Amino acid sequence: MRFSQAWLIARHDIRLIRSRKGIFYALVAMPLGISLGFSALIAYIASSGGPTAASALPPYIDAFSFWFVIGAASLPTSIAAYGIVGEKVEKSLEPLLSTPTTDGEILLGKALAAFVPTMAAVWAGSVLYMGLADWAVWGTFGYLYFPNLDIAVLLLVLAPLACLYSVEVSIIVSARVTDVRSAQQYAGVIFLPLILLYVAGELGKPELNDTNLLIIGGVFALIVLALFSTATRTFHREEILTRWK
Amino acid sequence: MSGSMIHAEGLTKRFGTLTAVDQVSLDLEEGEVFGFLGPNGAGKTTTVRMLTSLISKTNGTALVAGCEIGREADELKLRGRIGLLPENVGLYENSSAYQNLEYFGQLQGLDPVTLRRNVERLLRTMDLWEKRDAPVATFSKGMKQKVAIARALVHDPILIFLDEPTANLDPEAAKMVREVLLGLKKEKRTIFLNTHNLDEAQRVCDRVGILRTRLLTVGAPRELEARMSGNRTVVRLDRVSEQVVRAVEARVGSGRVEVSGDQLLIDVEDADRQNPAIAETIVAAGGRIRQLTQLSTSLEEVYLKLIHEEALPA
Repeated sequence: MRFSQAWLIARHDIRLIRSRKGIFYALVAMPLGISLGFSALIAYIASSGGPTAASALPPYIDAFSFWFVIGAASLPTSIAAYGIVGEKVEKSLEPLLSTPTTDGEILLGKALAAFVPTMAAVWAGSVLYMGLADWAVWGTFGYLYFPNLDIAVLLLVLAPLACLYSVEVSIIVSARVTDVRSAQQYAGVIFLPLILLYVAGELGKPELNDTNLLIIGGVFALIVLALFSTATRTFHREEILTRWK
Repeated sequence: MSGSMIHAEGLTKRFGTLTAVDQVSLDLEEGEVFGFLGPNGAGKTTTVRMLTSLISKTNGTALVAGCEIGREADELKLRGRIGLLPENVGLYENSSAYQNLEYFGQLQGLDPVTLRRNVERLLRTMDLWEKRDAPVATFSKGMKQKVAIARALVHDPILIFLDEPTANLDPEAAKMVREVLLGLKKEKRTIFLNTHNLDEAQRVCDRVGILRTRLLTVGAPRELEARMSGNRTVVRLDRVSEQVVRAVEARVGSGRVEVSGDQLLIDVEDADRQNPAIAETIVAAGGRIRQLTQLSTSLEEVYLKLIHEEALPA
């Protein structure tokens, strides 16, 4: 597999994404909203929590951080839907398939086109969030809360895995639908397991500490691997040309 | 490659129990324009997809542009040597004509200098250079088809597959595209043209093949017409006399002349050689010729006859 060929496809798709205002704004707005909204909440709790703020704040900050994982799973659904179903709608997959590019390179290109902008947006948003949160809690804690191991696991392990999981499900869903909206709707349920995990974490079952996050990451990695094999089988030249509707 | 661009033998494609293409064997020489005719669902697109290595074959062999189809090691090489215009143009509507061509040139591995040169040359040839930066979505159907043809040519392929290039186009757009095809023919490009437009096939193609799951016949359009019309000469006279009929029979053989009113219907083997002699014979026998014509069958009639016969139960 030639990465350069896959990157060519990814670059082309990213350029097309930039011209789709809805997707582009979502990519900017969601991480920005999470950063600004939650850091404002943290600032509010820190300023109004009194002497108990130092013990009350960490669970909130960690819980809010988890939203970057949810964002990493939700943002690529639109991009992947446009990247594959959009090509289906415009009937541009056949010309693409007739170039000297392997199925794997096309699939990787499409995945990168969804993965790279999503993770760039999520990481940029998280940097802003960490900065603002640190600024808000400095007076309460007397030290910088971020960066720490929890957020490192969230951003460097769980968020990329959630993003890959979302991209792969989107590819599988895209093979079975005929319009971008349906693909987005089906793929929209992708991040429900993560919401459930978040709610469960809030209830303390399981507690979202670094050990549990790594275990969840391991489970996610297995799911991502399993989905990869399904997505590869789905994204097969002959399958696309003869069975995709 | 010894001049042969396509050599297929017994090419077959089955989808489950449905046989889409059955035992197709054909050859296509370098510089030739080959028309693949057939009704919708005849298997034309499936054949092109097999020949371009987009889908697998069930049976048979084919060597296309020097590459063996179905051989994994040859697949990428083949796609670099051929150009394909699919039935649906499949352009990126929000991108410009230039960007569409540039992207495909990059995917074909062209270096930046060659890429720029080829894109400019093609867009100028297609009369689209002035509109190179406009989104394709703003183009007419004919212009989009020209961009798609340019995309198929951007890497200078040695063999071009065009699948229904004028289907769904209005007459003006179809004419525009047909002119492009004639231009390609002039450049001695090797073209495999899928079409059900018989007029187009007749005007553009050196040879045609008629497909209805199986390949029913292959030949030059005029050759097929002659084959079907059975080489019959019709001579209209002022008056058909016994003497004239006898003289013509003596010239071409008895049993080959039929009288119908003031006409003689004569079976000939080689019209170009025999017709002048027949005319001389008639005049010498005192006949006055008002008209001498070669009975012809149009490609359309050939096509319909073959397709109709094929549709009859065995």
